[in-house]
Amino acid sequence: MKKDNQANKHVYWNPYFGGFLLGLIIIFTFYITGRGLGASGAMKSSVVSIVDTVAPTHAENNAYYKNFISEDDSPMNTWLVFEALGVLIGAFISGGLSGRISWRIQHSPKISSKRRLVFALIGGILFGLGAQIARGCTSGAALSGMAVLSAGGFITMLAIFGTAYLTAYFFRKNWI
Amino acid sequence: MGPLIPNDLIPLEWNNIIAILIGIAFGFVLEASGFSSSRKLAGVFYGYDFAVLKVFFTAAIVSVIGLYYMDYLGYLDITQLYVHPTYLWAAIIGGAIMGVGFVAGGFCPGTSLCAVAIGKLDAWVYVLGILVGIFIFSELFDFIEPIFDGYNFGNITLIDTFEWDPYWFIFIFAIVAIIAFAVADFVQKKVKKVFY
Repeated sequence: MKKDNQANKHVYWNPYFGGFLLGLIIIFTFYITGRGLGASGAMKSSVVSIVDTVAPTHAENNAYYKNFISEDDSPMNTWLVFEALGVLIGAFISGGLSGRISWRIQHSPKISSKRRLVFALIGGILFGLGAQIARGCTSGAALSGMAVLSAGGFITMLAIFGTAYLTAYFFRKNWI
Repeated sequence: MGPLIPNDLIPLEWNNIIAILIGIAFGFVLEASGFSSSRKLAGVFYGYDFAVLKVFFTAAIVSVIGLYYMDYLGYLDITQLYVHPTYLWAAIIGGAIMGVGFVAGGFCPGTSLCAVAIGKLDAWVYVLGILVGIFIFSELFDFIEPIFDGYNFGNITLIDTFEWDPYWFIFIFAIVAIIAFAVADFVQKKVKKVFY
C-alpha cells in the first residue's frame, strides 16, 4: 500500500472530473445557503480577530476593522471561517489518502528554497491586498461570481488571469 | 423552493455545520485535482500544465448551467442568490494585484489552504503573506476607500448589464470554454515538458 502511494504521489484526478465535482459543490452551496464559496474571507476574519485582541482600541477606530467587530460575538463566528476549516480537513484527507502529506518546500530545482519562500511571501502579500480591494479572491469573487453571471466576478477573473499572463515572463525563472 | 436556508426550509442552526461539510468537499476536490502544488498551478501561465484552466472553467460552466436549469425547473429562485457586487475599478485593480501575486507565489488563497493542510511550508509562508496583505489593506483603508467604495454598479449580472438572453450567453460561454480546452491541449503539446 505504501509503495503504491509513493508511486502515485503526483497522479491527480482528471481535471474535467475535478471541475465537474467542483461545479456540483458550487450548485449545492448556492442551493442550500444562497451564497457562494470563499477562501480569503476566513483570513480576513483572522486578521480582524488578531488585531482586535492585540489592540482593541485601534481596531474600533479603524474604518475597516470596525465593520466586522461586535460586542457580543467573535469575528471568527462566520460561515466562511467554518468553511475554511472544512477545506483544511478535506485537503488533509485527500492528501493523506494519496500519500502526499509531508513537511517540504516545493520549488523548481533551478531556485533555492529561500528564494521560493521570499517569493511566496511577496505573492501572499499581494494576493491578500488585492483580494480585499476586489472584495474576494479566485473562489469568492471569480468562481462564485461567475456561477451567477456576476459582472464583477467576470471582470475580476479577467483581471487576475490577464495580469498573471502579462507578468509571467518576469517570474519565469521561479517556475520553468 | 431554494435557496433553502434563506427561505427557512432548513433551520439556521445548520448553517455552520453545512459550512464545514461543504468546506471538506471543496478542499478534497481541490487537493485531489492537484491544486495543492504551486508548480502545477503555475503551469497554466507557462503552458506546461493547464489543470487550472480546465478545472476552473469546467466548474464555472457546470455551476452556471446547473443553477439556471434548477431555476428553470422551479427548484431554485435565481433572483434570491447573492450576486457578487460590481465595483468596477476595485475589481480591475484588485484583480490585477492578485494576478501578480498568483504568478509570484504560485497559489491563490483557497489552494494555499489545501497546501497548508498537507505540510507545504511555502504555502504556510504564503498564507502568512496573505494575512500581512490584509493587514496592510486595513491600515491603509482611508487611502484605498475611494477606489474600494467608488464606481459601484450594485449587484449586477452580465444579463442586467448587456440585456443578453441568459440561455444563449451560457451556451456561447460553454462553447468558448471547449475551444479554450482544445487550444490548451494544442499549446501543451508544443511546450517543453516540466517535471515536478
